[in-house]
Amino acid sequence: MAYLWRKLGFYAVALWAALTINFLIPRLIRGNPVDIILSRFQTRQPPPPEFRKALEVMFGVSHDPLWVQYFAYLRQLATGNLGTSVTYYPAPVGTVIGQAMPWTLGLVSIALLITVGLGVGLGMVAGWRRGSWLDGLIPTTTFLAAIPYFWLALLLLFFLGAGLGWFPLNGAYDYAHVRMGFTGDFIGSVLCHGALPALTLVISGIAGWLLGMRNMMVSTMAEDYVVMAQAKGLRPRRVMVAYAARNAVLPNVTGFAIMLGFFVGGQVATEVVFSYPGVGFALLQAVGSADYPLMQGLFLIISVAVLAANFLVDLLYGLIDPRVRKAG
Amino acid sequence: MTAVVTLAAPRDRVLGLPRSGKLVAGLVIVGFFALLAIAGPILAGDPEALVAGRLEPPSAEQWLGSTDTGQSVLAQLMYATRGSMLIGVTAGVLGTVGSLLIGVVGGYFGGWVDEAFSLLSNVALVIPTLPLLILVADYVEDGGPFTYALIISLISWAGPARVIRSQVMSLRNRDYVDAARVSGEPGWRIMVFQILPNLVPVIASGFVWAIIGAILTESGLSALGLGGGAVTSWGGMLYYAQNGSALSMGSWWWFVPPGLFIAALGTGLSLINFSIDELMNPRLRKAAA
Amino acid sequence: MNDTVLSVRDLSVAYGQTRAVRGVSFELGRGQVLGIAGESGCGKSTLAYAINRLLQPPGRTTSGEVAFHPKDGDPIDVLALEGEELRRFRWRRVAMVFQSAMNALNPVLSVRRQLHDVFTTHEPSMSRREREERSRELLELVGIDPGRIGAYPHELSGGMRQRVLIAMAMALNPDVVVLDEPTTALDVVVQRDILEEIDRLREMFGFAVVFITHDLSLLLEISDHLAIMYGGRIVEYGTSKDTLLQPRHPYTVGLLNSFPSLRGERQALHGIPGSPPDLSKELTGCSFAPRCPYAFEGCHTHEPELDSIQDSLVACLQYDRRLHPARPDRRLRERRFDHADHEVIS
Repeated sequence: MAYLWRKLGFYAVALWAALTINFLIPRLIRGNPVDIILSRFQTRQPPPPEFRKALEVMFGVSHDPLWVQYFAYLRQLATGNLGTSVTYYPAPVGTVIGQAMPWTLGLVSIALLITVGLGVGLGMVAGWRRGSWLDGLIPTTTFLAAIPYFWLALLLLFFLGAGLGWFPLNGAYDYAHVRMGFTGDFIGSVLCHGALPALTLVISGIAGWLLGMRNMMVSTMAEDYVVMAQAKGLRPRRVMVAYAARNAVLPNVTGFAIMLGFFVGGQVATEVVFSYPGVGFALLQAVGSADYPLMQGLFLIISVAVLAANFLVDLLYGLIDPRVRKAG
Repeated sequence: MTAVVTLAAPRDRVLGLPRSGKLVAGLVIVGFFALLAIAGPILAGDPEALVAGRLEPPSAEQWLGSTDTGQSVLAQLMYATRGSMLIGVTAGVLGTVGSLLIGVVGGYFGGWVDEAFSLLSNVALVIPTLPLLILVADYVEDGGPFTYALIISLISWAGPARVIRSQVMSLRNRDYVDAARVSGEPGWRIMVFQILPNLVPVIASGFVWAIIGAILTESGLSALGLGGGAVTSWGGMLYYAQNGSALSMGSWWWFVPPGLFIAALGTGLSLINFSIDELMNPRLRKAAA
Repeated sequence: MNDTVLSVRDLSVAYGQTRAVRGVSFELGRGQVLGIAGESGCGKSTLAYAINRLLQPPGRTTSGEVAFHPKDGDPIDVLALEGEELRRFRWRRVAMVFQSAMNALNPVLSVRRQLHDVFTTHEPSMSRREREERSRELLELVGIDPGRIGAYPHELSGGMRQRVLIAMAMALNPDVVVLDEPTTALDVVVQRDILEEIDRLREMFGFAVVFITHDLSLLLEISDHLAIMYGGRIVEYGTSKDTLLQPRHPYTVGLLNSFPSLRGERQALHGIPGSPPDLSKELTGCSFAPRCPYAFEGCHTHEPELDSIQDSLVACLQYDRRLHPARPDRRLRERRFDHADHEVIS
């Protein structure tokens, strides 16, 4: 259980760091959002003080000392109040995020499962059959890994979407003809619209897993316990999965955090290109319309989601590696 | 007989790395882009000049066609190459220096310094970087390329720092380091003369990854329209291509080359890194043979 | 009557250019213990892996024959086994105890799963209950509390891990057990326990043993026959008794002089100066000649064959009447291995 507590402690610190960064960035870099907005609006005459006042109230800007603001900020968060969105005024930020979140969560989790499953599976076989045709394909993953998400999304959209017309060009489902609900039409439409965004994420994301798993397999296969499993006359599949791959996957799991970071970045780019109504798309819109409360709320929620995913993976790691359970 | 001898003894090392097809291919690709970045803009002419009609496909005069305002895509690509590589290398250097400081100091001193630095890098690793960068880039607005490089490097030090730290921890307990410590050498001398030379492969590998990461990150930011608004990078070109209806007009010559360049340079850099990895992990090399 | 269980004829193994094992032959009698000794890099572990068909690429057998003789039925050509046949042969006929117990057990599977694995593949008809029962019996047999069957390798001490490996090797009651440096990583007291354990089990089950070690003193006690390897070849072969009382090959003499005598006589301890030959290069003459105090001109040009001298086999030109017409050097017969007198001899 020491392991669990240590991890919980770590993520508490990470969460606090994310909250604090979110609080500090706007205040350290530019003073406050009201100044930025006013500097954009400013034409010939200075804005009337009432206008500034109204904006300050809306953004919760105050002239209190930083630490007073900090605690006020934390108190607000504790009550779940993320402020009011400017773009979707008067909708609270929480509501806007609540509408975007399910799309992103669905897309990311499905794409992530496919990426990890396929990457680890193929990497395992490539490493096991060193020198086979599959292993020979490994160098091409280098190219896949270096493709920018944004560009890949554009290409897929251009060739598979616009060019061949196989897939719809944007949105999460056919807004004009299908109503949201648990109907075959709706689900089919969602899958169809989600296919290209998911494909973008899988293609760019898979290379890292494939290569990492393949190289760890090669290293692991020289271990005595794999040779011994062969000496025991176990079936090759059993040796590959339970002896080689079970051990080879562990270092890849620890690299999950970094991979997830890239994945979330790709998610934002993908959502923008496909106008997919998730949090990444919302984030960019918030940036475009200087919707600071929404921007900060989104960053916060993305951070929390990523931290939660990492925590889950750490728990999983504890399950598949008996050594960390005890040692803690 | 002499012929056999000369054939049997080729130069088997390049830049101190075992010579391999991967390494040579990587160096050729990266060298090509370095050359483009230096000489390209001089040869290409003004990227802002209106030299052709709107969205004209590649032709004998305009090898890569024109943009929606009639500018030369080729000229823009040359300038973008310089801009992207400049930001990539600058951010790579800054990130590597940062990771080196955090990794070496933490790993060498151990104790609470190490605890604190480790916690810092681990926290930095789990906080999603692109959303954070979007936030920061928006507040910074129109900084120069150096500002962007600095911002990008702020998020790229954590991974390499962790690798360097573990390497330093294992080096710290080697006999010759102990010997130096016993003979009264000061800590900074041990770090610079005993530990640093042994970190070179790790640092080199971290540096190359940092450049790849920085170029990809910068292109992502710019493509989203957060790169300061100028066409000075591959990502910036993508942004303008997407907003200039290159997609709906079918003007592939505008948006295909920048992405292809990013992927090609990234591939070249990764190939170099494989050679470094194989140097550090001989098992991989044996597998490749 | 043929009571040979394993015969190896002219076996050679190469790792790319490196010829790690060169033309090794021996026969292993049913229930007998054959010790194979030599410095690290002499090819003894490679030999063990080759017998079990466990060589990893680029290692491969380049020539020779390994035949296994079941109690009933025809001999099995081990090198010709493929796929399912090879899989079924392994562990039931020849089991192996690996060098480092730390790395030979899968760190993420419990001892139970690793024991059960043997039965699920080789005895598919066994029920879960039977498997569990047998596994616990095996642990008890090697002196481990069966209650620890659920433990993971990192929760066991080095000695216990080695015992688990031995228990695992006993699982299918094999005809031959290959022990590859089974005690190297252990302290002396545990080493002795493990050796006694192996001896006791051998008496119980009657399996034959190939015992591989660099520590000749271990072998003298437990093996019937001894093979001394150098540079990928067997340079001396005989009963333990003969080899101990009358070593013939200068290398054997050197090895024996590296240990204090078992009877406690005071003797000068000598290592053997120099290092083993580089097997990736073409060798001419005797591979031990550069380190041998008794080497003469012929040793650098002629490779000695393994010839019988009384009841032993020795590959040394000191005993070759054609190239070395005189009797073998007196110092060699006196079991001395002195480099100080090198000049005088040559």
